[in-house]
Amino acid sequence: MALIKVTSPHATGQQRTGRLMREVMLATLPGLAVLTWLFGWGSLINVIWAMLIALASEAAVLKARGKDVAFYLRDNSALVTAVLLALAIPPSAPWWLTLIGVSFSIVVAKQLYGGLGMNPFNPAMAGYVLLLISFPIEMTRWFAPGEGPEHFMGSVHLFLGRYAETVDLMTGATPLDSFRTWAGDATALANEHILHGVFAGVGWEWVNVAFLLGGLYLLWRGIITWHIPAGFLGALALCALPFWLYDPARFASPLFHLFSGAAMFGAFFIATDPVSAATSRWGRLIYAALIGVLIWVIRSLGGYPDAVAFAVLLLNLAAPTIDYYTQPRTYGHDKAKRGTG
Amino acid sequence: MNLLSLLRPRKPASAHPPLAAGNTRRLHDFHGGIHPPQHKTLSNQTPIRPGPIPRTLVLPLNMHIGAPALPCVQVGDTVLKGQKIADASGPVSAPVHAPTSGVVSAIEARPIQHPSGLDALCIVLDTDGEDRWAPLTPHPDYHLLPRAELVNLIREAGIAGMGGAGFPTAIKVNLRDSQRIEQLIINAVECEPYITADDRLMRERADGVIAGVQALQYLVQPQETLIGIEDNKPEAIAAMRAAAANTDIEIVVVPTKYPSGGEKQLIQVLTGKEVRAGGLPAEVGVVCHNTGTAWAIHRLLSHGEPLISRITTLTGTAFSNPGNVEVLLGTQVRDLLAFGGVTVPDNGEYSYGEYSGRLIMGGPMMGFSIDHPAVPVVKTTNCIIAAPPEELPEPEPEQPCIRCGACAEVCPADLLPQQLYWYSKAGEFDRAQHYNLMDCIECGACAYVCPSHIPLVQYYRFAKGALRQQAAEQQKADRARERFEARMARIEREKAEKDAKRQARLAASRQKQAPGSSTAPTVDMAALKAASLEASSAYKAAVKALKAAEATGDGDAEALRAEADALKARADSAKAAVRDAKDSGAATTPAVPASDPVADLKKAVAEASSAYKQAVKAAKEAEASGSAEAASLRAEADTLKGRADELKNALREAKEQAPAVTPAPPAADPVAELKKAVGEASSQYKSALKAAKAAAEDNADDADALRARADELKARADQLKAELRDAKERAPATVAPVAPATLTTPATPDTQAATDATAPVAASTDADSAARAKRMKALKTAYNMASKQWKDASAALERATREGADDLAVQQARVDKLKKKADLAKEQLNLLVDEAKAAMKQATGSDLKTLKLAAARSESAAREKTAALAAAREAGDEAQITVLQQELAAAEQAALEAARTLKQAVADQGLADV
Repeated sequence: MALIKVTSPHATGQQRTGRLMREVMLATLPGLAVLTWLFGWGSLINVIWAMLIALASEAAVLKARGKDVAFYLRDNSALVTAVLLALAIPPSAPWWLTLIGVSFSIVVAKQLYGGLGMNPFNPAMAGYVLLLISFPIEMTRWFAPGEGPEHFMGSVHLFLGRYAETVDLMTGATPLDSFRTWAGDATALANEHILHGVFAGVGWEWVNVAFLLGGLYLLWRGIITWHIPAGFLGALALCALPFWLYDPARFASPLFHLFSGAAMFGAFFIATDPVSAATSRWGRLIYAALIGVLIWVIRSLGGYPDAVAFAVLLLNLAAPTIDYYTQPRTYGHDKAKRGTG
Repeated sequence: MNLLSLLRPRKPASAHPPLAAGNTRRLHDFHGGIHPPQHKTLSNQTPIRPGPIPRTLVLPLNMHIGAPALPCVQVGDTVLKGQKIADASGPVSAPVHAPTSGVVSAIEARPIQHPSGLDALCIVLDTDGEDRWAPLTPHPDYHLLPRAELVNLIREAGIAGMGGAGFPTAIKVNLRDSQRIEQLIINAVECEPYITADDRLMRERADGVIAGVQALQYLVQPQETLIGIEDNKPEAIAAMRAAAANTDIEIVVVPTKYPSGGEKQLIQVLTGKEVRAGGLPAEVGVVCHNTGTAWAIHRLLSHGEPLISRITTLTGTAFSNPGNVEVLLGTQVRDLLAFGGVTVPDNGEYSYGEYSGRLIMGGPMMGFSIDHPAVPVVKTTNCIIAAPPEELPEPEPEQPCIRCGACAEVCPADLLPQQLYWYSKAGEFDRAQHYNLMDCIECGACAYVCPSHIPLVQYYRFAKGALRQQAAEQQKADRARERFEARMARIEREKAEKDAKRQARLAASRQKQAPGSSTAPTVDMAALKAASLEASSAYKAAVKALKAAEATGDGDAEALRAEADALKARADSAKAAVRDAKDSGAATTPAVPASDPVADLKKAVAEASSAYKQAVKAAKEAEASGSAEAASLRAEADTLKGRADELKNALREAKEQAPAVTPAPPAADPVAELKKAVGEASSQYKSALKAAKAAAEDNADDADALRARADELKARADQLKAELRDAKERAPATVAPVAPATLTTPATPDTQAATDATAPVAASTDADSAARAKRMKALKTAYNMASKQWKDASAALERATREGADDLAVQQARVDKLKKKADLAKEQLNLLVDEAKAAMKQATGSDLKTLKLAAARSESAAREKTAALAAAREAGDEAQITVLQQELAAAEQAALEAARTLKQAVADQGLADV
């Protein structure tokens, strides 16, 4: 008898975790392209290097844990982590910076917590924060847009850590850095060239537009739902609006906030990491809105120019609790249940 | 508008706006849902074909939800098409009819339509190919029939829900008068991929379906009637609209979305009403029936045909000839595979040849795979899918959940499938229940969309099963505890009653013996009060148990009710006794404590330790059978042990404090007691005779034994009758009951009646002793018989309780009766023994105890002398030996005499056997 004996449902949809992850990587391509256009080949080199590290470290841990290496590698989740972290690291980063960050993300932040699906923190952001705290200089060394190494070899030198050979490069403050430095001084703000792009900071506005396009692709493909980007961006804009109206010299405009730093990248690619985010509909909205609020607070009042990583990690911890209190009302029940009971 | 609904992803209202344009009502949406590939054109392009008449039909007795039907034919019977071959066996059950003419060749276990591939009892019919109908009675004018009769027709036709679950239709259409139905909904959605049975049925037989719906309208009297059809069936919609043109039936086109054919989902789509969790649609004024059910009702009313066939979709790419077939119920899947062009080599009865892949009964979303092609089509089989691995491949290995939440997006019940999955997997079933696991309808939408191929529904089924088992075990434990409590209450109550009775008798006899000395009431008020209290508390406990049983729908409710009624009666009579005693004793001095505390305590100790032993036995049995009640039973046993120990201590103390207390010798009225004994004996005889006759009729093995016992009982009854006659002749005065005068009037020395009554007892004669001895012997036999019967009956009851028999109440009553009988006999016997002892004292000047003591003492003295003698012999002390020899002779003589006296006394009073 050669009958397959399984329980219903017998029909299954076409979605696969591996495919889903591939689409996420695909959606980062516009952002990667703009970063490369603005800052040279560094980001691309970083991404490829990070993917290699991720595969190697994931395979090593899986082997050590006695898991089926090929089967688990096929879910592509390690590659996504690598790509996201590599995109967040400055293009001038040397090879060891990426190595430390990615291997920490995979080995500690993901696999030591039990592997895919079990990690409480977004692995890419855990690695990013580790690097930001340990190597603040390397992690904040951005070029002025369009001022990166002109040739591929320049980026290779940077990657190999030979920063001294490329000293003629112009490093410069990002729009967020710049606004932070001159906040309160209207004249200085008006003179800062980098703050005055087409509608937001020079160069960075296009980085954010590219990630927004990638994010819309994910929405269209049904890989993410609109709740997290909407909550994230909506809360950020809503926080910025009244203060900007109150004192534009001290507080940046909502549009500036939305298209600066990692706002779009965070809203569509980081906060939407399903494993570490809240899962119920209301939960996702609340989770993302709190991230948006935290980002505005840290950017405007805190000590760091950008805050996506910190805000996401903080809310990662709150996600289970948010889920407990945002259960949907089940069909046939008068009220939604609250808490774990 | 609910804010939450804004958060839901928008879904297109309908893929076919022109069709939906015919709708006159606003439709509602339900949360989630999926749009799997339809695969409907595979089977809906050809008309319905009549199915084959296979050589063998296999008809499971449980084609429906509820109790399996009971066969009403025997192997070898020839049956006609449409003839009933199995009867409904309860309120929720449905009969089975022969789908064609033939011979019943077997009634045996065969593989059936069970997801776990279980076997169950089936009627196997060897068809004769002639397809001869039994006479049928159509009811075209069913409007003239009372509704109850129409319901009965539907029940007798074996019609059960043909959509999914197979719930007997007669129950759903049999509404209470108070129930008002707003919407009658006909579910023609057929939302699962592949299935097209309802589609073809409506395209080809719309008039019949509408006629069936009209019959349903007549039955449930709805305010409006809606037929919901998905917009992927334009031909069916057109046909149904045409057929329903001049009726008040509304055809409603609903958007294609799985699972809009789920009962609750369809109700929500059509009416916006939500059925309460765990509730029935009728609670919100809705009744749902399937299209196929309407068609079956139409066939019943217009042609008189019971449910013997159904339209089943044969589909899947393995069929070279797919389509819809009107299949005789009981047709095995392999016959349909051959009929539909799946090649099945004929090599042996259950072999399935080279076909590999999936064989699914039902749809691809909720159907179950069968691994045996001998499984028959039943009333609920709407589809057979034979899919090669290319079409429905083996499930991919399960990957980790990435919490993407796709499952929650598609869940029609608005659950959090992901949370349910984590908790089910971790075995945290309470948590899963908190997340409303039980509201899952197992539609499979979550598993369909899961990117990690997690078989979510399987996890939920597992967790649901575990939860159901937990609940069942809890219920079982509760029931056992209630039973145990009721039993303890009964034992207590019986004890109290017995005490009260004995007290009453003792008091009465004391009064008889000394009429002039006391005006005390004949009963012990305290004892009566205690008995009354205990009786009413027992009654209350029983009522509690009854209520609990009723709430859980327990089968024991009847038995418990009977017991509660009996207890009520007892409590009432106990109260009445207290009242009477109060009335009669109002003017008299307080009650004289009549009982001997030591004796009472002894009895209590004996009872407590026997209760303890029983409890230990029960606990051991429970442990042996691995029952969940074992622990609680063991705890009960420990409690009882504690009580027994306490009582023992109390007894020891009481003995030390009151060594000299001897019970007043009671005196009973021998004639009255004999009468009672005669009555009992003859009633015993009668019941034994009845049992023997019943056994003989049933050709039972023990008929002879029962007959012998009956004869024995008859002999005893005759003997007792003779004794009664003698007693009456000898002592006419004792017939007189205790004179009421002695209770109320001050006693005077010359109260003749009292003197007369006590005289025979006071002046005990040899003749009396002899009669008493005889009676004692008879009573002892009666007691032994009754107590043996009681023990047997108790054991039988216990067995029955364990096996969950139906007639527990009857058995319990029997046990109670026998216990009472045994107790009565024992009590009478004890009374007589007491009487005999008293007589002995009168005759010998010392009581039995003294005599026994004297005998024992003299014997031990003799033994001492023997020992001393032996010692002296060893020492060789000649003088001592001589002295001792003389003393020993004297001691032996004394011992002999004492023993003789004792024996004589005992024999005189007939105490030898007791």
